[in-house]
Amino acid sequence: MTAALLTLADARLPAGGHTHSGGVEQAIAAGLVHDPSSLAGFLLRRLQTAGRVAAGLAAAACRGGDPAALDAEADARTPSPALRAASRQQGRGLVRVGRRAWPSPLWDALPAAPHHPVALGAAATAGGLTPRDAAGAAAYLSVSGPATAAQRLLAMDPLTVAAVTARLAPGIDAVADGALRDGLPADADPLLDLLAEVHAARRDRFFAS
Amino acid sequence: MPPDHDLDDYVDAAVPHRHGGPLRVGLGGPVGSGKTALAAALCRTLGAEYDLAVVTNDIYTTEDADFLRRNAVLPDDRIEAVQTGCCPHTAIRDDITANLDAVELLEDRHPGLELVFVESGGDNLTASFSYGLVDVQVFVVDVAGGDKVPRKGGPGVTASDLLVVNKTDLAPLVGADLDVMRRDSATVRGDRPTLLISLREDPTAAAVADWVREQVRVRVVA
Ligand SMILES: Nc1nc2c(ncn2[C@@H]2O[C@H](COP(=O)(O)OP(=O)(O)O)[C@@H](O)[C@H]2O)c(=O)[nH]1
Ligand SMILES: [Mg+2]
Repeated sequence: MTAALLTLADARLPAGGHTHSGGVEQAIAAGLVHDPSSLAGFLLRRLQTAGRVAAGLAAAACRGGDPAALDAEADARTPSPALRAASRQQGRGLVRVGRRAWPSPLWDALPAAPHHPVALGAAATAGGLTPRDAAGAAAYLSVSGPATAAQRLLAMDPLTVAAVTARLAPGIDAVADGALRDGLPADADPLLDLLAEVHAARRDRFFAS
Repeated sequence: MPPDHDLDDYVDAAVPHRHGGPLRVGLGGPVGSGKTALAAALCRTLGAEYDLAVVTNDIYTTEDADFLRRNAVLPDDRIEAVQTGCCPHTAIRDDITANLDAVELLEDRHPGLELVFVESGGDNLTASFSYGLVDVQVFVVDVAGGDKVPRKGGPGVTASDLLVVNKTDLAPLVGADLDVMRRDSATVRGDRPTLLISLREDPTAAAVADWVREQVRVRVVA
């Protein structure tokens, strides 16, 4: 681990993550998330599905996998058009700041608005990090942003939300370790897909996804 | 600092002080002060002179973008709304990604674009734009908020490139003293300009439009 990983996974890295809720906004609207334990359940579920997939892709991208091929793999694992758009939007944001933070020829080899995990893998490589770091960042970001979104939307106690996120650490580590073993996972969660599609059609939303 | 440190290694030399492409003008200020009304007025007044577009940062809903569309001040494809994740000032200051995406989208769609207004989601007196997002910023407050607002200061009031005190028509109704507002603004702003206007009385926002023209001119010359 180097300090570059702390920068990459920092919620304050200006890559646009704060405008995405990872489905939490719609989960709250649907009554699925309403208190700390339902939030923890949602985050665990997200970690095991979207988080695992993102970690696998990020590790593969960091290992030097072909970005265009991995981008297509990400598409294949993301049936919801709204989630594809959200992922590409965040990938584009990360490329914008990553290019400035860690100059590298790698950035030019990426598709125009790559999926977020693909951009994350490239950022990890450019920042001198390992595939395990890339997977760790992807797994962590799959829950940290949504946790903050829930805190804002439900006016939850920030200390409670911080504790929930902190206690997910062993799960996050396990997902990141798995990313080095399991190739490209394809865990799906139809609930996240449905929430994203319903959310995208709403006019009254705080978050982009 | 040890002699082997070259500070240039830490700083990205490519940082543009002013952006290329269209002039980006931020319109900030508290909720209800008249930012959308000003954006609409400027689009009507300047729309025939410049190739222009607007980005709105609604806190919730696409209310402002819808208002601009309904009032047909600009064609639909020149208005983009961004979501700010419950945090309007983050989106214009701390993490400007969503706004940069919107500006770049408009630039791609309209290659001749000369002017982009970015209206912030209404926030408080401390919310101001990052110069990574805009070239110049206008802060809009209104008379109905009380004549103490300029004295209270805050970065929007003190450091914006133009302070607009809107709704002067309401001054007699709310007992606000416009001379006090003018004087306090001058005190906290030094050389930076302040305009007292009423969009109700002048829906063309002539004085603000003149200021914008000057910003475009200065930039083209530079
Ligand atoms: N009396 C008066 N009302 C105004 C003036 N300018 C705007 N308004 C009204 O103030 C309200 C808020 O304006 P809006 O532009 O939506 O504010 P924003 O929240 O800053 O975008 C609207 O009802 C406008 O019609 C003005 O100069 N005088
Ligand atoms: Mg408005």
